[in-house]
Order: sequence, then C-alpha cells, then structure tokens
Amino acid sequence: MPGIEDKLYSLSRFERLSLEDTPIHRIDPRVKIVLTLAFIITVTSYDKYAVAPLLPFAAFPVLFAAAANLPGTFLIRRLLIVSPFAVAVGIFNPLFDREILFSIGGLPISGGWASFVSILIRYSLCMSAALVLTATTGFYRICTSLQSMRIPPVLTMQLLLLYRYIFLLSDEALRLSRARTLRSFGAKAQGIKSTGLLLASLLLRTLQRARCIHEAMSARGLQLTLPQFENPVIKKSDLILAVFILTALALLRFFDLTGVVGGLISGALG
Amino acid sequence: MSHHDIVLTDLCYEYPDGTIALRDVSIRIYPGESVALIGANGAGKSTLLRHLNGTVIPMSGTVVIGGLPVVKKNLNEIRRRVGMVFSNPDDQLFMPTVAQDVSFGPINLGWSLEDVSGKVTAALESVGAAYLADRHPFRLSSGEKRRAALAAVIVMEPDILILDEPVSSLDPRSRRLLIELLKGLDQTMLIATHDLDMALNLCQRTIILSTGRVAADGPTHELLEDRDLLESNGLELPLSIHECRSRR
Amino acid sequence: MHMSDALLSPVVGGVLWGICATVIAVSAEKLKKDSDTAKIPLMGALGAFVFAAQMINFSIPGTGSSGHLGGAMLLSILLGPYAAFLVMVSILAVQALFFADGGILALGANIFNMGFYACFLAYPLLYRPIAGDGTRRGRVFTAAVTASIAGMTAGAFSVVIQTMLSGISSLPFGPFAAMMLPIHFAIGIVEGIVTGFVVLTVHSIDPGISISRPLVFSVKRRKKALVLIFAAAVLIGGLFSRFASNYPDGLEWAVAGVSGGVETESGESGFFAASSLLQERDTDNPETTVSGLIGGIITLIAIFLMGFFLKKRAGKASASRGGHAGN
Repeated sequence: MPGIEDKLYSLSRFERLSLEDTPIHRIDPRVKIVLTLAFIITVTSYDKYAVAPLLPFAAFPVLFAAAANLPGTFLIRRLLIVSPFAVAVGIFNPLFDREILFSIGGLPISGGWASFVSILIRYSLCMSAALVLTATTGFYRICTSLQSMRIPPVLTMQLLLLYRYIFLLSDEALRLSRARTLRSFGAKAQGIKSTGLLLASLLLRTLQRARCIHEAMSARGLQLTLPQFENPVIKKSDLILAVFILTALALLRFFDLTGVVGGLISGALG
Repeated sequence: MSHHDIVLTDLCYEYPDGTIALRDVSIRIYPGESVALIGANGAGKSTLLRHLNGTVIPMSGTVVIGGLPVVKKNLNEIRRRVGMVFSNPDDQLFMPTVAQDVSFGPINLGWSLEDVSGKVTAALESVGAAYLADRHPFRLSSGEKRRAALAAVIVMEPDILILDEPVSSLDPRSRRLLIELLKGLDQTMLIATHDLDMALNLCQRTIILSTGRVAADGPTHELLEDRDLLESNGLELPLSIHECRSRR
Repeated sequence: MHMSDALLSPVVGGVLWGICATVIAVSAEKLKKDSDTAKIPLMGALGAFVFAAQMINFSIPGTGSSGHLGGAMLLSILLGPYAAFLVMVSILAVQALFFADGGILALGANIFNMGFYACFLAYPLLYRPIAGDGTRRGRVFTAAVTASIAGMTAGAFSVVIQTMLSGISSLPFGPFAAMMLPIHFAIGIVEGIVTGFVVLTVHSIDPGISISRPLVFSVKRRKKALVLIFAAAVLIGGLFSRFASNYPDGLEWAVAGVSGGVETESGESGFFAASSLLQERDTDNPETTVSGLIGGIITLIAIFLMGFFLKKRAGKASASRGGHAGN
C-alpha cells in the first residue's frame, strides 16, 4: 500500500537525518522549539493580503536547512505530498474576494488571489520550519527536552513509546494489508468489514504486545514516578543565536525590507 | 546464604481457564551454575521463568531468590537481582534509541546520571553493540536487537540472569556470537531454549520440563544423549549428537 | 480536517493552545491518581496502533472516496477519556512534526477539534449511556455511530469558527459550513461503524477487553461534563445567532457567492467587525505593493543562493567527518 510505505520511509529518513552532526543539530532542542514557534507566530501575524513581506522569512528555514545539510528535494516533497486543508480552503479566496488590490504591468490582481498566494507562502514557511525542526533534532530528543519543559512525564514517556512502536506497528499493518490484497484477486479489498477485521486483528496484537512491554518495563523497575532523562545544558552560543534570530524576526516584521529592496531596484532602473 | 541461588519448592500454577501450567516443581539452582531449561512447547517453561522475577506470584509453593521469598514487598529488590531477557527483543527494547533503553533500568534504580552513562557505554561495549547506541531498535537486525536487549539487562548488574530463547531465529554467525557472549558471563544463568546444541555448548546442567512437571534434572551431556528420555518428553537428540552417532 | 498554520492567526492559535495545555495538565493529573503503571505502555502502543490504522484506507460506500479511522472514539472506549486525550495529543504531534499535517501553531486547535469533543463530550455523554453494559451489538453500534458523528461535526464546526476568527481565509461562514459539515457527518457515520465493529470483534475474541468500562478506569464526574456541554452549547449558539442575524440562509450565500454577486463585507456587528479589523491592509498604494513584490522576489532569490552555498559547505564538512557511521 503506497501510503504506508511512503510514510514509513519518510519517518525513517527523518530519523536518519536527525542523527547527522552539524552545528544546527547541536543546538539545544528547547532553543530550537522556541525559535520555531516564534517564527511561526511572526509569520502568521501578518494580515491576509501580505505577500511580499513574507518572502524574506524564507531565509530562516532555507538557511537552517542548508547549514544542516538537509536534502532539499525530500523536504519539498514532504510539503507537496500532503493535500493540505489550507490549500483546499484558500483556493476559495479568489472566488469570494474579488476587489482589485493592485495591478502588475496591467494585469489586475484581486485581493482574493493575493490572499491565496499569501496562504500558500504561509503554508510553505510554517511547514518547512516544523520539518527543519524535526529533521535537525529528532523526535526522541524533542521528547526528552519536553520533559525538562515541565510537560507531564506521562505524556512524554508515552510519546517515546509511541514513536518507538510506530514503525513496528505500521510495518505490521503493511504486512496485514498486503496479505489481504494477495487473497483478494482484484475484488474490492477495501470494504468496511474487511478493514474492520484487519484493524481488529492488529489491535489484538497491539494489546498483547502492550502487556509484554509492561512486563519488560516492570522487570526493569518501572515505577509510578517515571524516569527523567538527562538534558544537556543550554550553551552560550545557543542563547546568542536565539537572541539574534528573535531580533531578526522582530526587525523583519516591523521593517519593510522588501519594500526597500524593491524601491532601490525600481529607483536604479529609473 | 548466597544472593545468587534460586530455590523453587513445590511450585504450582494454574491458568485462569483451569489448565495446569506447573505441578509440584522443585528445583535448586546453585550460585554460578549455567542451567538449560528444555521442554516441548506448552511444557510450562515460560510460566516458570515468569515466577523468577515476580511477574507471576506463586499460587502454591514458594520461590526464594537469594534468600528472598518472591512476595509483593520484595519485588523491587528481586527485580534488581534477577535480570530477564525476553524471547522477543522487540518487546524488550521499548525506548526509541538503544542507549536510552539500556539506561532505563539504571535510572529507575536511582543511579546518578553520570554513573548511568558510563555504565551504559560499558554494557554496550561488552556485547559489541557500542555502535548501536543512537539507533532506533526498528532498524536493527535480529542479532543486534538481542545483543542490545542483553546489554539492557546486564547493565543493571544482576546476580542472576534468566534468558528465554536467546538465540531463536538468529543467523548462524549471530547465534555463535551470542553464545560466546553468554559463555563469558559469570552470573548464575537459567536459559530456556529449544536449541539443544546451544545447551550442550553452554550449560553444565539441564532440566527437562514436561506438562508442567520436572521430568529430568541432571548433567547436560547425560540427558541430551538419552534418546528415549528426550523423545518421551516431546524432544529429539541434538543435531551434533545425531551426527556423531550416524557416522558410526 | 487538520487545521493549518496557514489559515490561523496567532491569537486564535494561542487561545486554543492555552485551552489544550490546561486540559493536558488536568488529564495528566487525573491519570496520576491511577496507580496502574500498565496504562503507560498501553497508551503508547495504542497510539502507535491508531497511527498505523490511519494508514489503512477503506472506501466509503456511495461516495467513491476513501476515509480512515480517526481513532479518538476507539481510544476513549479502550482507555477512558483522559488517557485517550493524551494519546490523541501524541498522535497529532507526530503528524504535525513529521508529516506537515497541520502545523505547530495549529496543533493546539487540532488537539481541541479532534480530541476534546470526542473524548470529553461525545464519549461520556453519548457513547457510554447508549452502549450501556456493552452486551448488545446494536446498542454498541448505535452508540459508536452517534458519538462519532457528534464528535466529528463538532470538530468540523470548530474548524470553521477558528478559520473565520483568524481572518486569513475569505470563505464565508455559510459555504464553508456547507462544505465541512455534511462531509464530516458522513465520515462520522463510517468511523462509528468501523469503531463499533472493531470493538465488538476484539471483545468477542478476548472478553477481558471491556466495551463499557475502559481498560484504564478514570474518575468522571457527570456534573462537570454537563456544565462543559452547556458552556459549549452557549458559545456555539451565541456565535451562531450572530451569523443568523447578519446573513441570509447559508445556501443563498453559496449561490450568491458562486454567481459573483458578492461584495466584501463592511462593518457588521460583533464577530464580523472583529474579522474585518484583521483584514486591514498594510497599504492602499498599488505602486508600493508592486515594488514590494519585486523586492520580495529578489530577496528570495538571494536567500536561495545563500542557502545553496551553505549547503555545499555543510555537505563538505560532513563528508570530511566521515559521514554517518554504520547505516
């Protein structure tokens, strides 16, 4: 089933990428989380018709991804593969918002089209920020650093287990699904009943496995107070970087860089 | 009294549906011994093993580990002394990285984080798995998983090691590697296995379990050369003995 | 139904995150009182299960499209509302971080839309009473379907509200709701059937798995839930009445919109005044906008060039370090 295989591949690719060793990978995960959030908040704080002012923000995901040696094509594919709700809703903007905002060389651009493009840009910026965060940090490190950010241990421990078993269970789901297809001989293998049976069997295995995992955890001393995993100390360089990025975000937000650049170019061209 | 011995006295256990799993099992395992526990499927091996770290509390009879009876209040201490390696390493490696999994036990034991990281590295090195530290268990081979699971248990420095089918579904080389590793350990060991050749290789003493009872208990080379004994308990001669004899 | 960062304003996203953070904290506290450590591996494993199960699509009869299990209802039945909610948090977090499904700012909204209604309203107030002791198949199916529909439509409705409040989309309430609600109603029916089927099948094979009492027992106070539902009803009703008073029937809206007879709204009362404010443009001068665009594109090109060179350097650096060991 192409969907499952693609997702499994993507998960394991991310996991491998997160093990690389670049300066970006070495930044404390908590700093990266905060910066990513600040970035997203800044980008989404623009009004609906903002197009040009959003473009310079691409610097953050692009430069971070480059410095972390992340494969561009893989990330772009991840952005495109999801059929996002944002696009499906945004595409109605041109339909409902027809007031002309401005013209480019004689071609009138309506507010609807401008806001649609804005939505596309926001989507690309915010999603790539999240992907860069994941690819340079890795889920496991995100979880352990969440623990130190006072997220309840029951949530983080359960997140870790989930991440551990996602691969295994997806693989089992894939095998069950293939086995079903092999014995369907072209007939509609996707009926509700047959899917329900497949899910039920996967669920039973999962519950059984959960019991075994619990035995294994208890055998190694699982208590009600869950183990706290160590977190690296935030380095000075991380803090300096954080201040730099936050300042850059604020400057970009309130200072129209693109207007200046555009003005210079138009001025230079006469 | 040693920390390293196991004494089972008249142990009985019955499943919820009424099937009798263990019947009057009395065994004494001495410090430092390597004992193989063999028997047909359903003979009760796994149930027996699960009594040894308090996963199952005896229904009747007693289990005493290193002088401590297996009752609720002793469970934590017993689990510190008895390390159990499960038959399915995927159930045992439950953390997203091998290093984190190996550190799970020590952190729960309350060791300081500096100690933990040193011991984790040492344990992984002792099983030849240092390079697996940051790997996700899903991407390991069967042999690597089993070695990682072993490291996760020996890092806790148990007095007694219990292993359930440690070499099943391993390729010959991984199997050989694991057997050599186990040979090098000096804990008291009880190994449940179908691999009779490994039992010959590794364990001086063998216990045969059949329909919940101890059918035989003696030196490995004696029991495993006795065809009638083995076959009457749902087993067969080990391959190596088989070959020796067929060459005569 | 995943809400996206691209359609969200920081205020709406932040408020929803605030709500979710509170609910997460409360759920974790409730679970602490449960002394059974078995719930932790159970939650993790079931989370992985739902994640894997979501990849198995089934065709929805009569529509020609396919859907997949949402999972919140199934989790609630097996784990109880608090644990189920936390598992939904985890699943949605993984989807946001790895699959660009939603977004980090929108994660709070998604958790609320896809977790809160199902776990804390639909499950205790619809599933539990209707399913009773779980001995009758028909009742379990009815319970599952009703609860799933309620959860799904409430969630879909919330998506509409959150999008409107953010003011990035220009889709008016009427057509938007007309698009979202019927589809999610249908998805709810199918999800309910699949959930009911799975739960009954699993229970028949292993009667130890209860359909009426969750595996992880959690304390649930009826009164608190009723208060919650009343509050939600009041909120939804209040907003609804605002729309109803300002706009004609949703269908008329849709028709009018498609036929091009729509103009952008000018200062209506209440909600819409707020969203009009959000739609203020930076400038009304078309020339400034065009040069801004040019500047933007040039900046973008510059950024990508920089990125290209940076990556080359990073690639060389990792190659000289010997690359990643042992793949």
